Amino acid sequence: MSQAKVPAWVNIALIPFLNIMLAFVVSGLIILAIGEDPIEAAGYLIYGAFGYDEGVGYTLYYATNLIFTGLAVSVAFKGGLFNIGGEGQAYIGGLGVGLVCLALDHTMPFYIIAPLAILGAAAFGAAWAYVPAYLQARRGSHIVITTIMFNFIASSLMVYLIVNWLKEDGRMAPNSRTFEENAWMPYLHELFSPLGIDIGDSPLNVAFIIALVCCVFVWGLIWHTRWGYQLRTLGTNPTAAKYAGIDTAKVTIWAMLISGGLAGFVGINEIMGVNHSLLLNFTAGYGFAGIAVALMGRNHPIGIILAAILFGALYQGGSELAFEIPTITPEIVIVIQGLVILFSGALEHMFKDRIEGFFIRRAVA
Amino acid sequence: MTNKTTPYAIELQDISKRFGAVQANKDICLQVPAGSIHGIIGENGAGKSTLMSIIYGFYEADTGHIEVDGKRVDIRSSQDAINAGIGMVHQHFMLVENFSVLENVILGAEGGALLKGGVDAARIELQRLAKEYSLDIDVDAIVEELPVGLQQRVEILKALYRGARILILDEPTGVLTPQEADHLFRILKALKDQGVTVLLITHKLREIMASTDNVSVMRQGQMVAHRETAKTDKEELAELMVGKKVRLTVDKGEAKPSDVFLSARNLSQFDSQGVKRLKNVSLELRAGEILGIAGVSGNGQSELLNVLSGIEPMGEGEIHIAGQVITANAPKNAAQMRELKMAHVPEDRHKMGLVTGFEAYEAAVLGYHNSDTYNGKVLMDRKVMVDECNERMAAWDVRPPNPHLKTANFSGGNQQKIVIAREVEQNPDILLIGQPTRGVDIGAIENIHEQIVKLRDSGKAVLLVSVELDEIMALSDRIIVMFDGAVVGELDAKDADERTLGLMMANAYSEEKEEVPA
Repeated sequence: MSQAKVPAWVNIALIPFLNIMLAFVVSGLIILAIGEDPIEAAGYLIYGAFGYDEGVGYTLYYATNLIFTGLAVSVAFKGGLFNIGGEGQAYIGGLGVGLVCLALDHTMPFYIIAPLAILGAAAFGAAWAYVPAYLQARRGSHIVITTIMFNFIASSLMVYLIVNWLKEDGRMAPNSRTFEENAWMPYLHELFSPLGIDIGDSPLNVAFIIALVCCVFVWGLIWHTRWGYQLRTLGTNPTAAKYAGIDTAKVTIWAMLISGGLAGFVGINEIMGVNHSLLLNFTAGYGFAGIAVALMGRNHPIGIILAAILFGALYQGGSELAFEIPTITPEIVIVIQGLVILFSGALEHMFKDRIEGFFIRRAVA
Repeated sequence: MTNKTTPYAIELQDISKRFGAVQANKDICLQVPAGSIHGIIGENGAGKSTLMSIIYGFYEADTGHIEVDGKRVDIRSSQDAINAGIGMVHQHFMLVENFSVLENVILGAEGGALLKGGVDAARIELQRLAKEYSLDIDVDAIVEELPVGLQQRVEILKALYRGARILILDEPTGVLTPQEADHLFRILKALKDQGVTVLLITHKLREIMASTDNVSVMRQGQMVAHRETAKTDKEELAELMVGKKVRLTVDKGEAKPSDVFLSARNLSQFDSQGVKRLKNVSLELRAGEILGIAGVSGNGQSELLNVLSGIEPMGEGEIHIAGQVITANAPKNAAQMRELKMAHVPEDRHKMGLVTGFEAYEAAVLGYHNSDTYNGKVLMDRKVMVDECNERMAAWDVRPPNPHLKTANFSGGNQQKIVIAREVEQNPDILLIGQPTRGVDIGAIENIHEQIVKLRDSGKAVLLVSVELDEIMALSDRIIVMFDGAVVGELDAKDADERTLGLMMANAYSEEKEEVPA
């Protein structure tokens, strides 16, 4: 009952804002402890993330990956499934993209390769999620355990495939050959420059637009289709789902397929958009960061976009910071990121009761 | 503790509590003499639970204060309440199911980092309490293996162990069989004899009449009357509760049963341990009749409903419905049963009938969400759903009539109306309805009963499962009694009286008590 009386903006905006602020205050103390000026550091961080065109581009490029993985986590979560396997699904999704590009870049034009690569990313990511989904739905194996294990399997499989099969002959690094340019996802700055708009040289590419389209897709799917209705019913009350005649196993499997497919799109951004070759470890923890993004974004696409941009800013501003103040090493930047996750994700309820209590009392008075 | 200068065990003065626009409690005054059983009745949403939550420290009152034994106390948390000697037995038990009775009782009062000392002391104290209040229980039993009645006893012991002299019971019989309820009231009497003050929150008039010394009536957040139980009667209390004359019987004409709409033959079902829960049940349900299933709760009624409605697969037997034969090898799920024009109001609306996190209009299409009515080509048609929900809320007097309110925020009676409206408005041929008025207030009960009879009179078949004998007898045209998963008797409603039915169920009950619960 009390829940309904708290203004909506308190939960959506005020509490996350306070949590982030607290994370920054604690980060400031740490920076103070290593003998640097926290205000100056904050300045570099914010400038690095948002202060100039390239910085913004990088921030959004990082955010693209996080939107994909954040959406992946949230779709599964709406069905009551905790998909920890975004990392592996993204990795295998990238394999799908890479195989399409390597197979077709000599013979096919971009407009054929691109849709097939998108399809490849979704299909490979979904396929990697299918096995844990099947085991959960039909055999009752816990999805958290199986998806974690599948991350390791994905990692080993990629090493094997790249080192033994896909590595370019004569190359020392474990990379495939570089794709021909017709298999590159266009950079946004290249698309904008003919229009006379300069948005700065950054890896930001069309995958960002795809990410935004995915947000709309997920929003419609979850809140406006009968499948989404079934998913949410299953996620909040599995007994009621059974009562309603919902095929829970089928919904579970489809939720994981969509989740895995979304995670697989990281491959579009990384493999087709930036690296232009298949390589090891390009997922760089985005799959796990997606959990924090989904948590912070309250499993809603709008929230996920905002949270992804925040984390993207931390990645980008953080590297700027480490560059400008050498005593603040990349590890300290990771500590700051960790604190944001800790305060806004794990400790999100720290202020909640008190603040809601305050507004309830105020409403009463 | 009960000396002459402090006549009241607990006294409330001008307690008010407001949630936003809702005045949940207004100027509540209450005086409860020590060593008495005091009943508080009122419809759902009358403010009983809010008031008890204030006494137990879950909420703070906006104004007013509480005195215990004549001393003003400031209760800001349940710990304060416990310190003041107040204990509470919640409607939904707060027990750790896989702990033993002993472990549950000492939870939060372990008495040190190592358990041994606390456990030993508790064992002795529990034996004393058990003897003093005749609360026999095996302290080493695992709670989830105990029947509900005994679990409730654990809750009572928990409160007493913490030194409670005032015990609040919130709707204690909602989950109990009639026999367990009787036992509970014997326990309460024993507690009273030992000087414990009992506050009994309920909306069942019979319980108030049978067990309390005094009774206070709440309506719309206010105390409307205090009575000495011996000097009042059910009719007066009912009238005070709803504020108008109500009938406790149902007006209905002669049943005109015709075609057999549903026939079950030798239905059996097994649980996950392979235990037969439903034993060769055969029944016929005809158009234009209400078939009541009586029985002590947990004797296969839930399994019967689940199998008939397609929620659980059957083990053996067959169901004939709408010209189709359903067997274990040719099963149909709940969605397919709905297509055969069977609607189902489940026994437990929270666990099954609703998704409490959904807005009302969404919960109002559960099970029918695939229907063309609610769907466009790709997207669901929100406008249609909301409009329909608005209409139904008006027709069924659901309050507040807001389709966008979360289902969890409606009172129990209004939630039930949402569920029943959803199922009945689909115009089914067969309605399975379980515990239609559980946790529903009197005003709404009347309305729900009328709707069930109306459905019958329009030539539909109704299968009614209820643990309320009054309800079974008031509504049914034919009654089947179930015991231990099997049908043990069938009789015409005209031949049924409480004694006959009770005997059929009670005979069975005496056998059941012998069995050690698995």
